[in-house]
Amino acid sequence: MKKPIRHLLAMLALLSPLSAFAAEGPVLEKAPIDIHDTESLQRGAQVFVNYCLSCHSATSMRYSRLTDIGLSEEQIKASLLPPDGKIGDLMRVSMDAKDAKLWLANNPPDLSVEARSRGADWIYAYLRGFYRDPSRPTGWNNAVFDKVAMPHVLWQWQGDQVIDTARPVHAGEPPVLKLVKAGTLTSLENGRATTVDYDRRMADLTNFLVYMGEPAQVKRQQIGYAVLMFLGLLLLPLAYFLKKEYWRDVH
Amino acid sequence: MMSKGKTLLNWIDERFPLSSSIKEHLTEYYAPKNFNFWYFFGSLALLVLVMQIITGIFLTMSYKPDASLVPGTSVSVAFASVEYIMRDVGGGWIIRYMHSTGASMFFVVVYLHMFRGLIYGSYKQPRELLWLFGMLIFLCLMAEAFLGYLLPWGQMSFWGAQVIVNLFSSIPVIGPDLSVFIRGDFVVSDATLNRFFALHVIAVPLVLLALVVAHILALHEVGSNNPDGIEIKNNKDPVTHIPRDGIPFHPYYTVKDILGVAVFLIVFSAIVFFAPDMGGYFLEANNFIPADPLKTPPHIAPVWYFTPFYAILRAVPSFLNTQVWGVLAMGAAVVVLFLLPWLDRSPIKSVRYRGPVFKVMLALFVVAFIGLGVLGALPTTNVRTVVAQILSVIYFAFFLGMPIYTRYDKGSVPVPVPERVTESTLKRKVTFLVLVLVVIAGAVAFATTI
Repeated sequence: MKKPIRHLLAMLALLSPLSAFAAEGPVLEKAPIDIHDTESLQRGAQVFVNYCLSCHSATSMRYSRLTDIGLSEEQIKASLLPPDGKIGDLMRVSMDAKDAKLWLANNPPDLSVEARSRGADWIYAYLRGFYRDPSRPTGWNNAVFDKVAMPHVLWQWQGDQVIDTARPVHAGEPPVLKLVKAGTLTSLENGRATTVDYDRRMADLTNFLVYMGEPAQVKRQQIGYAVLMFLGLLLLPLAYFLKKEYWRDVH
Repeated sequence: MMSKGKTLLNWIDERFPLSSSIKEHLTEYYAPKNFNFWYFFGSLALLVLVMQIITGIFLTMSYKPDASLVPGTSVSVAFASVEYIMRDVGGGWIIRYMHSTGASMFFVVVYLHMFRGLIYGSYKQPRELLWLFGMLIFLCLMAEAFLGYLLPWGQMSFWGAQVIVNLFSSIPVIGPDLSVFIRGDFVVSDATLNRFFALHVIAVPLVLLALVVAHILALHEVGSNNPDGIEIKNNKDPVTHIPRDGIPFHPYYTVKDILGVAVFLIVFSAIVFFAPDMGGYFLEANNFIPADPLKTPPHIAPVWYFTPFYAILRAVPSFLNTQVWGVLAMGAAVVVLFLLPWLDRSPIKSVRYRGPVFKVMLALFVVAFIGLGVLGALPTTNVRTVVAQILSVIYFAFFLGMPIYTRYDKGSVPVPVPERVTESTLKRKVTFLVLVLVVIAGAVAFATTI
């Protein structure tokens, strides 16, 4: 009884191309983001510029573009731009890519379009998925990116997580983690972890990365509604009645 | 006393066949009056072609075919130039999305256009050359799509090209040298990117345009087929010599095609403005990772329009220590389409008046093509490989069995071919729509549950 329904659902999932890729990797929690929430995007931009941008570049993104998310040029200059930077600069890191390769063994990837290759849900899971692993050179590992080279930069916010050995591990699924030491944005009382603040901050950051992957996306949709209105309400009826009028004498 | 406009037209007509061309190809080109849904896709293919050329011209103004890294970063100039178009070029994102969506939609309309030819026998005598020109256009289109896909220089660009060019190296004796000749290097590199750019923006489009002209000239020479598969030229008015079932292309089909264009543009715009990636099928997620020759992606999938042929390639096992058989099968899957006019021995053109064997074979072919398309996009498993092998056999059986089953499939015709074109009834429309839906849903369900 259950199986045919699952098959039907799988079929529907495939018919809708948007969900086809979820069928392959592990199922991740949906990132609670809203690309129209400019305050969230601004908070995300702040985290991104102050933390991520120390090692990761975003060489396709200009600081001046942040006016998209409701910041004025003065605000960008005052709080986000490096002291010697210009408003039209691209978001580069001062570390040369060759040096980075030498120092960190791996080049920290450019994050301009990271959200477009990984997807929001993966990034949200990654940012919350660091755990203590003494076998790694950095002492950290990640639930969705095994043996990741990057240490947990935001550990002071999140605190320490370890693999929850009490929970069974399913093949192909990321391990379940539990908080063992609270950070400044998390708390731990009688073994019960509260991570709302940290999660929200990571959702803001994810939101910003999604925005940065395609800064024109909000405008794209706005224009899209206008275009569809024009085509559907004006061109389509016009073309329909024109055709009908001309074809009246064809039998 | 002639008006000024008439005088000018006369002046031109004495020097250039303007009026006579308009008559021959538009106002006095008589098309059957019973064209249905399937007849929109020829003009739509032309629309997409024009759109691709115009958006392509604007893209070349800012795109840079350069695989070297932007100084101080880990991103190539080519990859960065695409993002530059997406962000800093005014209207760049819309031009780029129109071009990337146009590439996929080109294949959507061309596959539907070819399917139309298949169901109504449009390749049959006297339209063999028309079909061959069309097939050459399809080949050019595949080349154009493959070459263009390298240009963003992402991971899928790089590794897709690597896989396809490596296919040539499996050809005995000349293979390895041939693949080096195609790449211009021992690996896919800056040299490859530059020559693919040259071929994509000038060489192939030139051939494509010439072939489109030949395709339309051949069509207007023999006249259009129609859903009933009967020749309207066989029934002309004795006085006017105009086919009784024909109507002038302009204005009747120009206004009808405008309606098709309006509907198409709504679908096209919905994709461009609301789902330009189409969930990874029009723009693959992995292609937003800059090309890295040292990191092979775990799963290299071609874009959706190549997946049926890719599935055939993977379905054929290696044999006598060479994998050339898969390459040959994939090539044969395309070449066999060229032979269609000579494989089909039935005197009946349209599926409407054919016997049950052809209808069943056609349905199986559709299932095989869609099923292979789904399988070609998925990583292989043992079960999937076996299913792909079965579907590949069905694919080829449809064509290679055709000389036999079309010859014996004429006795059981329920409705004879009419003298004059018929009107499409609601019953016919509903039956066909239901059939199409069942076949597609069946193929998808089959491929996903394995």
